[in-house]
Amino acid sequence: MQEINNSPSDDVLIKLQDIYKIYHMGDSEVHALDGISLDIRRGEFVAIVGQSGSGKSTCMNIIGCLDVPTSGTYHLNGVDVSTMKDDEQAEIRNKMLGFIFQQYNLIPKLNLCENVELPLLYAGLSPAERQQRAMASLARVGLEDKAQNLPSQLSGGQQQRVSIARALAGNPPVILADEPTGALDSHTGREVLSFLQKLHKDGNTIVLITHDNSIARQAQRIVRLADGKIIYDGAADRPEAVVQPDEFSAMPITPAEEVQAG
Amino acid sequence: MDIQQAFKMSFKSLMASKLRSLLTMLGIIIGVAAVIAIMSIGQGLMNSVNEMFSSLGSNIIQVGLYVRGESNRTVTVDNMYDFVNENQELLCDLSPIVYIQGQVKCGNEVMERPSVSGVSEAYDSLQLLKLSQGRFLQYVDVARKEKVCVVGTYIVDNYLDGEGMGKIIKINGENFTVIGVMEQMGDNTERSEDNQIFIPYTNALQINGTNFVDSYGVNATSKENIAPARLAIEAFLEEKLSGDGFYYVQSLSEMLEEYNKMQNTIVTVLAAIAGISLLVGGIGIMNIMLVSVTERTREIGIRKSLGAKRRDIRLQFIIEAASTSAIGGVVGIVLGTVVGMAAGVLMNTTITPTLSPIILSFGISVGIGIIFGYLPANKAAKLNPIDALRYD
Repeated sequence: MQEINNSPSDDVLIKLQDIYKIYHMGDSEVHALDGISLDIRRGEFVAIVGQSGSGKSTCMNIIGCLDVPTSGTYHLNGVDVSTMKDDEQAEIRNKMLGFIFQQYNLIPKLNLCENVELPLLYAGLSPAERQQRAMASLARVGLEDKAQNLPSQLSGGQQQRVSIARALAGNPPVILADEPTGALDSHTGREVLSFLQKLHKDGNTIVLITHDNSIARQAQRIVRLADGKIIYDGAADRPEAVVQPDEFSAMPITPAEEVQAG
Repeated sequence: MDIQQAFKMSFKSLMASKLRSLLTMLGIIIGVAAVIAIMSIGQGLMNSVNEMFSSLGSNIIQVGLYVRGESNRTVTVDNMYDFVNENQELLCDLSPIVYIQGQVKCGNEVMERPSVSGVSEAYDSLQLLKLSQGRFLQYVDVARKEKVCVVGTYIVDNYLDGEGMGKIIKINGENFTVIGVMEQMGDNTERSEDNQIFIPYTNALQINGTNFVDSYGVNATSKENIAPARLAIEAFLEEKLSGDGFYYVQSLSEMLEEYNKMQNTIVTVLAAIAGISLLVGGIGIMNIMLVSVTERTREIGIRKSLGAKRRDIRLQFIIEAASTSAIGGVVGIVLGTVVGMAAGVLMNTTITPTLSPIILSFGISVGIGIIFGYLPANKAAKLNPIDALRYD
């Protein structure tokens, strides 16, 4: 694998070019991703937004090296990962990506420290180094005193913080958060989001996948997907960023239009 | 991922569902315990038989004769001695054996069923007898029909007040002086080898009122000479009797060999049948591992998303299967050894556990875990991480 180079902060870390993902359902083809091109630079905080069925999950799977595109190329940190085999992808996931899932995805029978150690275990670190780095990572999310607890002994917000600690443990260039607040109440959800913003300020590249506009607006940049295509890509604070074209027609018809129609 | 960590993880998942792990191991436990118990019982039986035979002298050849009354063809004691003298490279230590049925008394006390035999001066080296006091019969005793005897410890302890030397024993009314006491050979009871009396065979023939000896013991000069010696005796007897009588020539060690061969076969067949349950146990492990892979699909997905490669997942599940069957194997070995020893106590023989079946069955149970764990482990390794992560 290529070394992670220390290029300037505006270089492109994730480069999707003309990505198609096509599923065959019987005789018909479903274009989950229909020609997507997207650049994400180092240090950016990007939210990928869309309704269910828009292709955002497929997009996340491809960015997360959990899946390969039907066609198109994906360069991660300058390395073409779009045609990689299972085990090569596993190594990329281990070195380059930190996952934060909606359902936390902690392993119930392992304590917090062991859970956070997992990516380091598969990276082949020694037990002593694993433990030291896992504890440091837990300290970053303020849970070092609960290291020996099982996930079931923690609240949802705390569990999500553990999964953030796990994502950070290997110090990967990209943090990929898939609906990180989806299972949390609004208060703890806000906490998790502000933690992601803090990570962004510390220089991490964060890709957030969500269906929720209010959450997407916490990011710097919004990429909106519909029917497998990018329909908006730009700053998060512009009004178009949070409205889909379909949503115009789906909006309640104004009295003026009603009159015209009548 | 290092092996040590894989063991730690597999131990954790075994402990997470103790009852299930135990039930999974049960097939292996029963299989290994049965194999170990059968093999150690077989070994114990063989040991006790071998021990019994070796106390009789392992090079001994027994000769039995039966001659029809009216026939003039016969084999005399002198014939036998001449034959042995002519074949000194094969044979030595000839002793006629003459059993006496009759009353044996010490003073006025009648002894309970002692075994009284007339033998030659070679009988002690033939049967590896050892004396604790006095001497065994000598050539002059036999030749002069001296009224002397050698007795076992049971007789000394029960009838001769613990001090046998010089005492008088009455056999069918004739007085015999004790000139030697044998070391204790059995458990010093009425039915053991310690309730024996030996007198010169010449006296025994006189008491029985005959001069025909129908039973002899003779030693082959070495283990290798047993078979040729037996054949030579057979040829000699065939020539002497030529159809007018029956005889048998038996070598104890050859009989022992036959017996050991037969028992080995039986034990091997029994152990193989018990081994089938090991196979069944292996299938049980595979079944549970397949269930476990399905149950832990999400865990596998998480591990893969964090960078676990196929071989990491495969190693984890194979080690889990192998440790399940290895622990089962160890429990089975302990159980089988205990059962074997208990059987030894019941059968009144000593059963010492031997190392080779223990190592073998431990190896087999680990092997079974690896073989039957491979299929489920490979299934887990090949799971697609996306599907595995979404699995509920």
